[in-house]
Amino acid sequence: MTKKLLKGNYAVVEGALQGGIDAYFGYPITPQNEITEYMSQRMRAEDRVFLQAESELAAINMVFGAALTGKRTMTTSSSPGISLMQEGISYLAGCELPAVIVNVQRGGPGLGNIDGAQGDYFQSVKGGGHGDYRLLTLAPSSVGETYSMCRDSFDLAFKYRCPVLILTDGVIGQMIEPAEVDDTPLKKDKKVKDYGWNLTGCLGRERRVVRSLYMKEGALEKLNLRLAERYEAMKKETDWEESDTEDASLILVGYGTSARINYDAARRAREKGMKVGYFRPKTLYPFPSERLKELSGKANFLVVEMSMGQMVEDVRLAVSKDTHVEFYGRPAGGIPETDKILEICKKMTA
Amino acid sequence: MKIRHHYCTGCGHGIIHRLLCEVIDELEIREKIIAIAPVGCAVFGYFYWNFDTAEAAHGRPPAVAAAIKRILPDRIVMTYQGDGDLAAIGGNEMLHAANRGDNITVVFVNNACYGMTGGQMAPTTVMNQITTTTPYGRNIEDGYPIKVCELLKELEGTVYIERTSVDSPANIIKSKKALKKALNCQIEGKGFSLVEILSMCPVGWRLNPQQSLEWVNKSMKKQFPLGVFKDRL
Ligand SMILES: Cc1ncc(C[n+]2csc(CCOP(=O)(O)OP(=O)(O)O)c2C)c(N)n1
Repeated sequence: MTKKLLKGNYAVVEGALQGGIDAYFGYPITPQNEITEYMSQRMRAEDRVFLQAESELAAINMVFGAALTGKRTMTTSSSPGISLMQEGISYLAGCELPAVIVNVQRGGPGLGNIDGAQGDYFQSVKGGGHGDYRLLTLAPSSVGETYSMCRDSFDLAFKYRCPVLILTDGVIGQMIEPAEVDDTPLKKDKKVKDYGWNLTGCLGRERRVVRSLYMKEGALEKLNLRLAERYEAMKKETDWEESDTEDASLILVGYGTSARINYDAARRAREKGMKVGYFRPKTLYPFPSERLKELSGKANFLVVEMSMGQMVEDVRLAVSKDTHVEFYGRPAGGIPETDKILEICKKMTA
Repeated sequence: MKIRHHYCTGCGHGIIHRLLCEVIDELEIREKIIAIAPVGCAVFGYFYWNFDTAEAAHGRPPAVAAAIKRILPDRIVMTYQGDGDLAAIGGNEMLHAANRGDNITVVFVNNACYGMTGGQMAPTTVMNQITTTTPYGRNIEDGYPIKVCELLKELEGTVYIERTSVDSPANIIKSKKALKKALNCQIEGKGFSLVEILSMCPVGWRLNPQQSLEWVNKSMKKQFPLGVFKDRL
């Protein structure tokens, strides 16, 4: 590994290349334009497929096509564009196809603004498109983690044959900081692999059908039960970061940019003698509910988000009944303040 | 293979499936084809097709196909779409795949209504035609029928565009020739090809099969004249 000064959005590209991306499709939207622009250079230079789509609708369906062939494929966008992709994401889930989608969140609803925000948590882990499906959702909180999550997301998508969502935001996308990157050369393997499900033309084998329409009695239920089993198996990918939680009476919980603010606040609270810990889910689905439940015996929680309260619902669901879960958030257009967090810490640890 | 098909009596999809499969065998490309089925009556095309096929979301087959072709340029990538799928909800994907000159083949079945959902107005419903959502006949407030071939022939990216029909043995033979030419266009790496086939939907039109043939001949062809609209082969 080498340390490199890198912008969040470029880290998406470098991570994806290291992860073996074969085909990228995207449509411009701020604050993630650097991804599509840089991809257009790098993918061509590496002799891989790049296509600027006519819309996010087309982009996600191009991803669908690329995924059908068994290739590693990705699209990136920001909130309004991700909204437009939801139908396609549902089809990817229903057809059991691997793909990676990056959401560099911006303010909403509607056109909102182009600053970082965290209003798409519900869309990512609860709602999104139609049907009873889930997305393996990763939330980086640094440029380095953006890189490594993008790199590893393809393996996860293929392991579970499902779309993987990387939920980051405009702050991390636009941030420049040192990041650990691999110095291994990119894989040059262009062969079409046979996974037993991908479409490559039926030369030398039975033809295959990829579908999500199941009209026969019981058939759709079977698909959904198969998906549910896979989501259950996904639980072993649950990942989080925590510090100072051992003796904490209060734990700050946040993901992405909010977690960075929490990290600073927790450190300052300790300096002031408060027993404050720090907890950051790295996977939003599966959510680290079990670990939060363990911690909830000893500590209360303050959940901080750049929204009016979305992930806080999952924290409340996870912890034991008598745990006090407080929320502090600033909706799109605002950033949570460390001083305000410290003020709440003081009250909650008094 | 002996399979009873699900299409209604007098529907044109069955004929077009057969023509397509014959052409694919004659060109010996069955093992190279990746087909994209639409949302519409032909979503179950794969019940009858013995080659790799995927369903796509309603209207998106051209985007799906474009990606596949760019990744696997030596495969034959084809979409099979109805008028609602191609020209209404999927109008943008159609336009841009055509305009990019993606080397894919679109088989466009124009039956002047939404068959699968029960016979509502399609973008190709002809003026005065009665459908379940134009109970008094399509009028100018509903907009005009879209002429896909006329529209796409203007785009630089398109290479071969023809409109045929399956309302008579002679026209069925012409349709087969057109499908062959379109797939050959792709095989030769020339670029975007589309065959629009005027087809019967007796149930959607509330006509019997015989009347449906006459209606294609009398009413549809007036709106949608048959012919080769572009041939840069
Ligand atoms: C997003 C979405 N909207 C609507 C539908 C419902 N729907 C299914 S088929 C269809 C129309 C198909 O008509 P056409 O493309 O003309 O094909 P045909 O059935 O006539 O062959 C519609 C509207 C859907 N499946 N998905």
